[in-house]
Amino acid sequence: MDAIILQILNGLDKGSAYALIALGLTLIFGTLGVVNFAHGALFMIGAFCAVTLSRILTLSHTVVDDSRTDFLGNPLKVEVPYVYDWFGQAAGDTIIDWAVPLSILFAIPIMALVGLAMERGLIKHFYKRPHADQILVTFGLAIVLQEIIKYFYGANPIPTPAPDAFRGSFDFGVLLGFDPNTIIYPFWRLVYFAFAMVIIAAVFAFLQFTTFGMVVRAGMADRETVGLLGINIDRRFTVMFAIAAVVAGLAGVMYTPINSPNYHMGMDFLVLSFVVVVVGGMGSLPGAVLAGFLLGILESFASMAAVIDLIPGINQVIIYLVAIVILLTRPRGLMGRKGVMED
Amino acid sequence: MLGLNRKDAMLLMVVVLLTLFAPFLLNPFPEGSSLAQFNAGYPDLMQRFVIFGIFAIGFNILFGLTGYLSFGHAAFLGAGSYAGVWMMKLLTMNVIPAIIVSVVVAGLFSLLIGFISLRRSGIYFSILTLAFAQMSFALAYSVLTPITGGETGLQLSLNDPRILGVSSTGDGSIPVTNLFGLEMRDSFEWEVGAWLFTFNAGYYVCAAVMLVAFYVAIRIFRSPFGMMLRAVKSNQQRMNYTGLNPKPYTLAAFVISGMYAGLAGGLMVSMDPLAGAERMFWTASGEVVLMTILGGAGTLIGPVLGAGLIKYMENIVSKINSTILHEWFAFMPDGIEDLLVTLVYPFIGKGWHLTLGIMFMLVVIFLPGGLVEGGQRIGRLFRRRDRKGTGVEAPAAEQRRKTPAE
Amino acid sequence: MGILEVKNVSKRFGGLQALGDVNLSVAENTVHAIIGPNGAGKSTLLNCLIGKLIPDTGSVMFDGNSVLGRKPYEINQMGISRVFQTPEIFADLTVFENVMIPCFATRDGAFRMHALESVANEPDIVEQAETMLADVNMLDKRNVHAGSLSRGDKRRLEMAMCLSQQPKLLLLDEPTAGMARADTNNTIDLLKEIKDKRDITMCIIEHDMHVVFSLAERITVLAQGTPLVEETPENIKGHPKVREAYLGEAQV
Repeated sequence: MDAIILQILNGLDKGSAYALIALGLTLIFGTLGVVNFAHGALFMIGAFCAVTLSRILTLSHTVVDDSRTDFLGNPLKVEVPYVYDWFGQAAGDTIIDWAVPLSILFAIPIMALVGLAMERGLIKHFYKRPHADQILVTFGLAIVLQEIIKYFYGANPIPTPAPDAFRGSFDFGVLLGFDPNTIIYPFWRLVYFAFAMVIIAAVFAFLQFTTFGMVVRAGMADRETVGLLGINIDRRFTVMFAIAAVVAGLAGVMYTPINSPNYHMGMDFLVLSFVVVVVGGMGSLPGAVLAGFLLGILESFASMAAVIDLIPGINQVIIYLVAIVILLTRPRGLMGRKGVMED
Repeated sequence: MLGLNRKDAMLLMVVVLLTLFAPFLLNPFPEGSSLAQFNAGYPDLMQRFVIFGIFAIGFNILFGLTGYLSFGHAAFLGAGSYAGVWMMKLLTMNVIPAIIVSVVVAGLFSLLIGFISLRRSGIYFSILTLAFAQMSFALAYSVLTPITGGETGLQLSLNDPRILGVSSTGDGSIPVTNLFGLEMRDSFEWEVGAWLFTFNAGYYVCAAVMLVAFYVAIRIFRSPFGMMLRAVKSNQQRMNYTGLNPKPYTLAAFVISGMYAGLAGGLMVSMDPLAGAERMFWTASGEVVLMTILGGAGTLIGPVLGAGLIKYMENIVSKINSTILHEWFAFMPDGIEDLLVTLVYPFIGKGWHLTLGIMFMLVVIFLPGGLVEGGQRIGRLFRRRDRKGTGVEAPAAEQRRKTPAE
Repeated sequence: MGILEVKNVSKRFGGLQALGDVNLSVAENTVHAIIGPNGAGKSTLLNCLIGKLIPDTGSVMFDGNSVLGRKPYEINQMGISRVFQTPEIFADLTVFENVMIPCFATRDGAFRMHALESVANEPDIVEQAETMLADVNMLDKRNVHAGSLSRGDKRRLEMAMCLSQQPKLLLLDEPTAGMARADTNNTIDLLKEIKDKRDITMCIIEHDMHVVFSLAERITVLAQGTPLVEETPENIKGHPKVREAYLGEAQV
């Protein structure tokens, strides 16, 4: 029992990332009808927003500290971050420590701008082109974006730690009444899961309860008719693209403590996220979220030693296997509408 | 000639001449000159040009004609590579059996995957092929280690049986790949003044195979079968109501392109008997997509051009560093020199992927027919200018119009 | 015994009885029109004939063989060709290729791996396609991309494609829908010409009474999924049941 709960928990963080990326992909596909291969790049850019902010926060100037000396007896030169000067050392340390969560505020406007620029500058011109063209041009864009990041940040992963308060693990099992040390779970992963749930809830609430969201949902169902009602659906769809970019970006920001960001992380996640979208059902938002968590957890179960002993290699292929079976038996996915891109 | 019309025969002749004289054409700069680093006429790279050319020609038969975008074709190249190495381990270092078995294994593998994947179309087909290829990669990397060599890759060893050959040579090393005794690594070097030209046996074997593959592709493009494949892309509903079953046509195209990929894999291990799982990774599948579209999907010569361009960038452009750039712009005033180097640097050397990505995007946006279409447009521009000139030039301009595409 | 025999065919979509017990017999070498108000089940019936839908009950026999359960391309190979409401052609191919493809389909069947032969080396097919294009006055457009043709030309091309298969039965689904009067008349002339030139059975679904009365030798009136009458055009015009069906619709 405890092993099962542990595997479910282990699947949650990856599942959260899948769900968030797949959610954004589905928003874009459902509203704009565009298959966006550059969506993983947005996730990656979000992660590098966190890297950038933590670098900005630790920008320092050198001061000579006369009270201390280095090993040669000279006065010690120390690097003092500018934030110390502004907020004092204690507050400055806290700010630096909380760089990753703070990056959320930093990333939202940046991701929105990136999203807007992408939609207005490129994607807009591909609404009427075949899906293959959309895949290809966004694939090219993904390469360009990741190469730009590689140019500025290098090819190596950049460790970006979580705040001290969330570092380490805690004994989740005790909370559920199991013996101590049976279910040890890293704090940050729980934070990530909670964060993902908040974002998902916010997106759904936005679509469900605001007029804007209602129009967008109507547009997803029947773009033409909504357009005939005199509503500028295109502008709303542009905004939805920006929102999808923000969602992907935030997923990336918060993921940095779990996996040090590198320039190709977006593509690694994208391939799997597409599989998630297809399993969930092209164009279905709940399907994308459900499939994201389901596949994350499934992957985690398949990585159990007992399972690998039984079916060697299953952990490597389980997601693809599920996708193939679903596509062949139920092409519309778990919750997709019939006829979406079925040709 | 050879059952081709004049235009196609001309194209084939041009390609034959280009591949035959590639060691000259790709080595235009004298040894030791500052431009010598742009010489691509060394055996390893020339082999790669033609091998990836074959891969892209095959991919184009599927994507260019039927419009089915496979994101998993590297799996067939990988399967072919493994099969080829196994033939060399078990049977002989002669490349012929290795190549034949590579093609057969890749063909069977693509028949299986194609049969399943082609039950869906559009993006679903792309995802299915991607999923199958990623599965093949993951399995080759882990569980199938006894067959694939796992992380280290599949290599020859001194203990291999090699029934028709020898396990090890007299001096105790692994025998080398050959074609009835002609060693693939054999090269003939010819010095002409400051120039050095290398004629490599392996390259000419690959080139000969590529020419046959190219010829077959032309025949397929001009056949009723090729016409049916274009009909698949255009309107499957009409095909069905015209008494044609699109399924076997598409599957046949899929298997043919899979066999081309296997052929490329077989040649790859014939040149360098080593096969690794990374050859099946989805980025490798993405690369052949880039090659085909960059050069011109649906055109005959485009994929070969695209393959050549990408391999040239990967091996030559990627080696330019900032020192070399400074040398180039040294004649400028210092400030401008630094500025130019800073501006150009991100796009070359290690940043060549960025240039590739930008080129690819531009092609998808503005030139759906790829570089071939670009060439045709430029050609048309010149022809128009010629027509404006004296009437005598017009027929000559007409002659120049050897459009490789449709 | 007609070339096409539809017996007791019914089809239900959920709560909607689209077709109820339809019997229809199309005699060889006649032009048979099926008319009826909107929602009468004309299109459903047509889709049952070409394998797009499978009826719940009944049988559809063509030339002595059942078509039920067969794939569209198999039904075509039996000798039924279909013209669509909006022309279905190979838009990316040239006009000439568009006509050659059905010629190949008729000669070589549903699939043939003729990958190393040359289209240019098929004099029979080329000649057949040329004759067909000449028949519809489109020989001058043979190298034009079919997608860039005018709508009227697309329609003529589609007819040429169907006729080049020398079908025993040609099904036409509102061949003049959305056409201007002049185009409609051209289409009528074209169909009349075809009928005069060769032995062919046609089955037309049509709204336009002008077209129906210009061409049809027999008319079946369908209403609410069942055939009301089957008569010659002269007898249909004043038929009380037909008026009722159409007026009934008008009152709704």
